[in-house]
Amino acid sequence: MELVLAIGIGVMTGSGVWLILRPRTYQVIIGLSLLSYAVNLFIFGVGGVKSNAAPLLGEGIDISTLTDPVPHALVLTAIVIGFATTALFLVVLLAARGLTGTDHVDGREQPK
Amino acid sequence: MILVLLVCLPFAGSLAATILLRTDSRVLAARMAGVVAFAGFVMTAVLYPAVRDGGKVRVDLQWLPQLGLNVTLRMDGFAWLFAMLVTGIGCLVVLYARYYMSEEDPVPRFFSFLLAFMGSMLGIVLSGNIILLSVFWELTSIFSFLLISYWHHNAAARDGARMALTITGIGGFCLLAGLIVLGHIAGSYDLDVVLAAGEKIKAHPLYLTSLVLILIGALTKSAQVPFHFWLPNAMAAPTPVSAYLHSATMVKAGVFLLVRFWPPLSGTYEWFMLLGIAGISTLILGAYFAMFQQDLKGLLAYSTISHLGLITTLLSLGSPLAAVAAIFHMVNHATFKASLFMAAGIIDHETGTRDMRRLSGLFKYLPITGTLAMVASAAMAGVPLLNGFISKEMFFAEAVETHADSVLDRILPYVATLAGAFSVAYSLRFIHMVFFGPPPVDLPKPKPHEPPHWMRFPIEFLVLACLVVGIIPSLSIGPFLHSAVVSVLGERTPDYSLAVWHGINTPLIMSMIALIGGAALYAVLKDYLAKCDDGPPLFRHLGGQRIFERVLVTVSWKWARWLESHLGTRNLQPQLRLVAAAGLLAGVVPLYLAGFTPKPPEFGDVDPIFAAVWCVGAFCALAAAYQAKYHRLAALVLLGGAGITTCITFVWLSAPDLAITQLLVEIVTTVLLLLGLRWLPKRSEKVDNSVSLAARSRRFRDFLLAISCGFGMFIFSYAIMKQPVPDAIASYFLEKAYTEGGGRNVVNVILVDFRGFDTMGEIAVLAIVALTVFALLRRFRPAADSIEKPEQQRIQNAYDAERPERSAGDTVRDYLLVPSVIMQWMFPVVITFSVYLFLRGHDLPGGGFAAGITMAIAFLLQYLAGGVRWAEDRLRILPLRWMGFGLLLAAATGIGAWFLGYPFLTSHSQYIEVAFIGKVPAATALLFDLGVFSLVVGATVLILIALAHQSIRTHRVRNLDATKAEEA
Repeated sequence: MELVLAIGIGVMTGSGVWLILRPRTYQVIIGLSLLSYAVNLFIFGVGGVKSNAAPLLGEGIDISTLTDPVPHALVLTAIVIGFATTALFLVVLLAARGLTGTDHVDGREQPK
Repeated sequence: MILVLLVCLPFAGSLAATILLRTDSRVLAARMAGVVAFAGFVMTAVLYPAVRDGGKVRVDLQWLPQLGLNVTLRMDGFAWLFAMLVTGIGCLVVLYARYYMSEEDPVPRFFSFLLAFMGSMLGIVLSGNIILLSVFWELTSIFSFLLISYWHHNAAARDGARMALTITGIGGFCLLAGLIVLGHIAGSYDLDVVLAAGEKIKAHPLYLTSLVLILIGALTKSAQVPFHFWLPNAMAAPTPVSAYLHSATMVKAGVFLLVRFWPPLSGTYEWFMLLGIAGISTLILGAYFAMFQQDLKGLLAYSTISHLGLITTLLSLGSPLAAVAAIFHMVNHATFKASLFMAAGIIDHETGTRDMRRLSGLFKYLPITGTLAMVASAAMAGVPLLNGFISKEMFFAEAVETHADSVLDRILPYVATLAGAFSVAYSLRFIHMVFFGPPPVDLPKPKPHEPPHWMRFPIEFLVLACLVVGIIPSLSIGPFLHSAVVSVLGERTPDYSLAVWHGINTPLIMSMIALIGGAALYAVLKDYLAKCDDGPPLFRHLGGQRIFERVLVTVSWKWARWLESHLGTRNLQPQLRLVAAAGLLAGVVPLYLAGFTPKPPEFGDVDPIFAAVWCVGAFCALAAAYQAKYHRLAALVLLGGAGITTCITFVWLSAPDLAITQLLVEIVTTVLLLLGLRWLPKRSEKVDNSVSLAARSRRFRDFLLAISCGFGMFIFSYAIMKQPVPDAIASYFLEKAYTEGGGRNVVNVILVDFRGFDTMGEIAVLAIVALTVFALLRRFRPAADSIEKPEQQRIQNAYDAERPERSAGDTVRDYLLVPSVIMQWMFPVVITFSVYLFLRGHDLPGGGFAAGITMAIAFLLQYLAGGVRWAEDRLRILPLRWMGFGLLLAAATGIGAWFLGYPFLTSHSQYIEVAFIGKVPAATALLFDLGVFSLVVGATVLILIALAHQSIRTHRVRNLDATKAEEA
């Protein structure tokens, strides 16, 4: 389990880093999204990887078998905030594209 | 309590004057300032009985007691004397300024700054905590900056103010550091403790550090060599400001500080040498420079510097008698210098110039002002029967005494006499050149006359004080001076006599030599001075100011530019590359140093289905990275694939809340990016695929970096996940969630109850982002090539146009007819689902965030189904209202806890009986969650609708290419 998840996090990080280093704004926005998946999964993974142990209390459930709810709470808000920042970034890049006429991250094409 | 009032009143007055800015009345602001200053004066005066003979008044208000920081105000005899000066001269300056300031100046602003400055100065004087003192110290720097730059249309005022702020600001910073060290040595920041810890401080190895830093603070403020040059430049300020700042307040703050810390710091060799060299050189250079000034205020400014040098020299000696003389001279200097500045202001006001080469023979026109100025400058020169004489005698007496045998000490009597002679010469020059000689010719204002009486009144009052103190010192200033001296020196208070006549002794002879020598010097130099350029010979071109400017230009311009051009880049890619590389190093280096070895992989427990899911996920991520440049839609789909994989992982690994939220956010993110795609430029693989070698190597570098980061994250997260999870705070939340939070879904309880304050911050961020997006889009200007209708719509419209039976827009309207009908029907279903998610949130996966996004999706579907116009004809959503309601509700829920005597956001839970349904759990956290819900709906809808609206707006075409072509 851990191995698969770790590889997954690694692949998403790698793809994300590659994309945020690209010159086109759209690539960067996709890259940031991928990176945020990776980071969310990582934080989530820190709390332990267990199946069928959701932190929901009930009669006769031994709380020591449940997963750590704290990373869940952290990641939950991170997901929502992540949406907001993606939106903000998208709008900024659209405005920049409108103002500068290019979708290069620097607002102008790089001299070749 | 009267102390608190005393410090707060000027600031309150300052605020009030700011409010009066709206009126045109200059008298009103002046009156109010006068009342405030006078009230301060009276309040200080009535405190006298409490501080007489070493008494103290003290107020303690807790601020940060854990750090030893308290708002402690404390008044002793010395502080009282100084507070009297600050408020008393403040009163007079306000009165003077009432007549001095012209109709065109924004007078309320002036009085506002002046009062705030007075408050800061009182704060310094009355601080009983040395950190608090440093705070007020900075405030005086700031308000003096504002006062000096009051006529900010004038470049000299701006430069002078900036210089004063830079110098005193650096000094203030050093002072803060020095005071922190001092407090560290003494073990407390309380002034009384510090004052009592003299022996401990002087014996401490950090004594010198602290001393040097504090002295830099004091010497910059008091304009001592080599920091003196800001003061003459500050003369660009209105004259009332100069009269106030350079007599009783700003520059006196430095010497005030030296007196304040005289008991614990003075008496060592370092103290004597550092202060002695600064003081003596300032004394003599200031007096020398003053002789050669052509500007009236310049002369007074350098004379101020010189007199402050005198005070510093006295304090450096470390003898109690010298300290008495220093305190006494501070008071005397304040009185005669304030009156002289005001007289100079009147001369400037009446004649329109301050240049002594143009002024002469004014006595005929200004007899009363002239007489007053004469008395005041006689006091400055140290003529007998005036206050300046007595303190100068005391100075001479101390100069003759041997304190610490050294060259410095032995030359002191000669330097003192010489400086005395210089001071006689410039005083004489001030009077003789301005008031005597032939009548003035060619003045900017041809007919000078006496000012209104009340404008002269402050000078009359101060000159009278000079005379009274000079003739009957022990009856007038005596007791007040004594209580000040006792409060500083305590048991070391020496016997001193304030008599005018001590018989013929060395100091008297020195005075006589200085008087006669000064007169002779002036007689010799008179003709040269009447014509020479501004500034002293030999030093004219070697100004501290010039060096200062050189340094400033080098540091803030040349070096900064060099650094920017060598280290900085305006390109995003290198910056991000550095960030990524730094992140990689920050991860790798500590692990490597700690001897980290990666865990060998274990394949035993891999679930094949999970592995298969992640194969798809990893493929999606890689493919998205590959396709993002040319195939944006494909990349978006692939990104969604990666998102779904994440979502499945959450489900699989016991995080149902996360899975729900992730899935819903995935939907809105996809819609968001789809809406954005339309405004991006077309990019085709075939057109721009020429890749240079540099680009290739850049890509290769990025590729390596990306691989390393990914691999690092893999190793790192695998190692962490293989560690047993330490029991940190998880069990606390798991145990208390039901008993204290009243919910079974621990994640939700954490969000809305235990960490409710964090959540509140987060929804506030969400609201801010949504508003920013909205604001950015209001002024959105798309690029010219995106303004046309999308290709698909054009094809559909062309199809309509070809067929006579169809009208334009029919195809677009009927596009995806069946799905849109289904979407419309789904509206109530989705809303019900949202409510369901919300209500069960406290006990089962769901909650405000998930429900909010679901609700937003319900609205969104209507937009997708029918288009913006169709949806808005039928449905009015007011996202701003939703957001406002959400924030207010969340805050109100939190505040509600206060009324029941609990801290902010304490929740309460119980079960209530509802008809037909039965027992329902109800916690106040549910209300908070409702706030979260409402805000999330509002923010999401606001963002998406604002973006969607761009498609139906008519955009003004930005002819970027056209203008570019024109330019070329």
